Amino acid sequence: MGRKLLLDKAHIENIRFYDVYRREGGYRSVEKALKTMAPDVVTDEVKKSGLRGRGGAGFPTGMKWSFLAKPEGVPRYLVVNADESEPGTFKDRYLMEFIPHLLIEGMIVSSFALGSKRSYIYIRGEYAWIVDILEQAIAEAKNNGWLGKNILGSGFDCEIYVQRGAGAYICGEETALLESLEGKRGNPRIKPPFPAIKGLWDCPTVVNNVETIAAVVPIINEGGEEYAKIGTGKSTGTKLISACGNIKKQGVYEIDMTISVEEFIYSDEYCGGIANGKRLKACIPGGSSVPILPANLLLKTAKGEKRMMTYESLADGGFATGSMMGSGGFIVLDETQCVVRHTYTLARFYRHESCGQCSPCREGTGWMEKILLNIEKGKGKMSDIDLLWDIQRKIEGNTICPLGDAAAWPVAAAIRHFRDEFEWHITNPDDAVRRNYGLMHYADILTVVAS
Amino acid sequence: MAEVPKLFKVTIDNITIEVAPGTTVLNAARQIGGDVTPPAMCYYSKLQGSGGKCRTCLVEVAAGSAADPRPMPKLVASCRTNVMDGMIVKNITSERVKDARAGVVEFLLLNHPLDCPICDQAGECHLQDLGYEHGKEGTRYEFSRRTFEKEDIGPYIQLHMTRCILCYRCTYVADQLTNNRVHGILDRGDHAEISTYISKAIDNDFSGNMIDVCPVGALTDKTFRFKNRVWFTKPVDAHRDCDKCCGKVTLWNRGDEVLRVTARKDQWGEVQSYDGKPGWICNTCRFDKKHLNDWVIEGPMKVNRHSVISANHYVETVKPQETIAEVMGGRQPRLMMDIHNISDVNKPGVHLSELPGPATGETFNPQQLNGSES
Repeated sequence: MGRKLLLDKAHIENIRFYDVYRREGGYRSVEKALKTMAPDVVTDEVKKSGLRGRGGAGFPTGMKWSFLAKPEGVPRYLVVNADESEPGTFKDRYLMEFIPHLLIEGMIVSSFALGSKRSYIYIRGEYAWIVDILEQAIAEAKNNGWLGKNILGSGFDCEIYVQRGAGAYICGEETALLESLEGKRGNPRIKPPFPAIKGLWDCPTVVNNVETIAAVVPIINEGGEEYAKIGTGKSTGTKLISACGNIKKQGVYEIDMTISVEEFIYSDEYCGGIANGKRLKACIPGGSSVPILPANLLLKTAKGEKRMMTYESLADGGFATGSMMGSGGFIVLDETQCVVRHTYTLARFYRHESCGQCSPCREGTGWMEKILLNIEKGKGKMSDIDLLWDIQRKIEGNTICPLGDAAAWPVAAAIRHFRDEFEWHITNPDDAVRRNYGLMHYADILTVVAS
Repeated sequence: MAEVPKLFKVTIDNITIEVAPGTTVLNAARQIGGDVTPPAMCYYSKLQGSGGKCRTCLVEVAAGSAADPRPMPKLVASCRTNVMDGMIVKNITSERVKDARAGVVEFLLLNHPLDCPICDQAGECHLQDLGYEHGKEGTRYEFSRRTFEKEDIGPYIQLHMTRCILCYRCTYVADQLTNNRVHGILDRGDHAEISTYISKAIDNDFSGNMIDVCPVGALTDKTFRFKNRVWFTKPVDAHRDCDKCCGKVTLWNRGDEVLRVTARKDQWGEVQSYDGKPGWICNTCRFDKKHLNDWVIEGPMKVNRHSVISANHYVETVKPQETIAEVMGGRQPRLMMDIHNISDVNKPGVHLSELPGPATGETFNPQQLNGSES
């Protein structure tokens, strides 16, 4: 049984409401931070904890906080990125829906560390009912003196506001989020300047994921060094994984980053194995933007080692044979799934969600979608595969924001690992519309070539 | 004494230049000029905040600065990257850049209708130039192109969204030159479009500058629409006293008729600056003063020799050397068979154009001729 820090009380009835949350030891970290610690000490604790951003990029949070410019007389802002729109990722929704006070508590402590007197939660517009939950939690916290002027007599003022997005995936990109929060069209800004220097209304701003901010609570309660003892290597603490797809038990799981991918999929504590007695074909371990892996590369790295559910192990082998932890959207495909169709679905998503600001992403995503649809329908040509590869190569790295990369990587990985399935679709156009390629050799154990 | 700011040394394609801190790589390259300058479709030096979108100006930074000589991992948009001291930039010397730029050109042309034969912008279109200079000869796109309905946005400007490359320049013009922006980008991704809500008319006093900044034929001048091809017109620089704008324009004439009035463009296709101020022109000058009497003509516009507009313009052109006379041993080819050697008709001494009426037999009467000559 892995250690749980965020969801250990999630099952308690009415934990959503302040009274129960407080009775269960909530808001202790605010008391500890505001009464006994200086803002810099809080930041140091977060640094010591080794906490990495849970939104996808995995950038060390403490370091991000220390980059925040602190000019005199200029307000600073904390913005919580709750625009969770990555296909396959739904961990923040779970967190906000069931224990909203954990986020509010984390935000108060983080705002104190960063000196943000007005903090924002930018929430995905589709999470309409969670807005009410969060606003109720904020009101409860305010009534009990955790928000407002002079919190706990420390002289620190803080207000939290919730802002709804209007249904754009791109607004999860931090600079697009800030534009949207300012009331403009959600186009990503050109960096530099980074938000830590010029963010919301040109003031220094930190944008963090919901889970990252929630993780600040156990870090302060237990101390950064204690937190760093959980997990392995540079993957410290616990991580929420939202597992979905062809598994027996879909849902949000908290793992302490010591288990292997195989254990995560097949143990009854987590996913409980592949549904309907089917076999595992492929998996996207970190949300739709990260490279897809066939079963053999998912369970074992190219070096033949067991692949663990950690930032490092999932990324082992780079993009050639590895993937990424990403945002923790664990999508499992069984042998009945078609990778071409799956890739097409993702390409359609990115085409729809591209903001259209820079040309490679605007035009390239649509092009890839059309070619993939052709291949899926059995109308493809052999040269289309190389063309797809060339298109994704020309999008990747040449765009303003990471959406271009995110659109390119799934296509690249699918071609890299499942090229014969694409070729089968092209050479057997009639079969391609009637049945799927099946598992074939994708779960075969790879022989490790001695280096 | 004012302190002289330290200049930054930047090397672009092995050419080193010193520029003021805060200069972008693109502007540094423009100071060098020539092929070293990356093309720019969305960046417009006179419009604040423009650039970074089209990705045609991507360059490779081989060394970030003298203090931190690490290369930048990705190609960067030169229009939005400031130079650092000791920066080494590769533009046309980098294969990565050429490859990425060809890709961007392909992407830009993917949904472009390529209706150049009926497009008013043809001949002065930046996308045409970009395609010629940096693109590949064919496209690999086999699907139907995205199209939009033509939209009416007022009496002066024609919007052809199908041709648009979404450079956002026109929205910056509306933001920065007019006091009220009524158009913008609607929707997102490859179905994003420039439009006004419910086809509202754009009638601000400086709205016509949107036509000038549009790099393609998406925004064209309704008063010029289908009147002529630009390379048949004779552009002349002219000015008038205008209380709203600088009044310095280019007239695009055909004969005595003023077909079109635009602001004057510099060598980068941008509106020229006078004393550091961009020479935007007002709609009165642009659309209402279509008569030569309204203007003081300064002289022919200087047209780049490589531009198609320079066709039929002989200013500062050099006549190629004739070799036929050399081959003919010094004899002019037309003298090989001189009609006057065998005929008395059409004497060269008679200037037909100077006759008061049509030529008759009397005109070539030897006596008459002798009489007139004496």
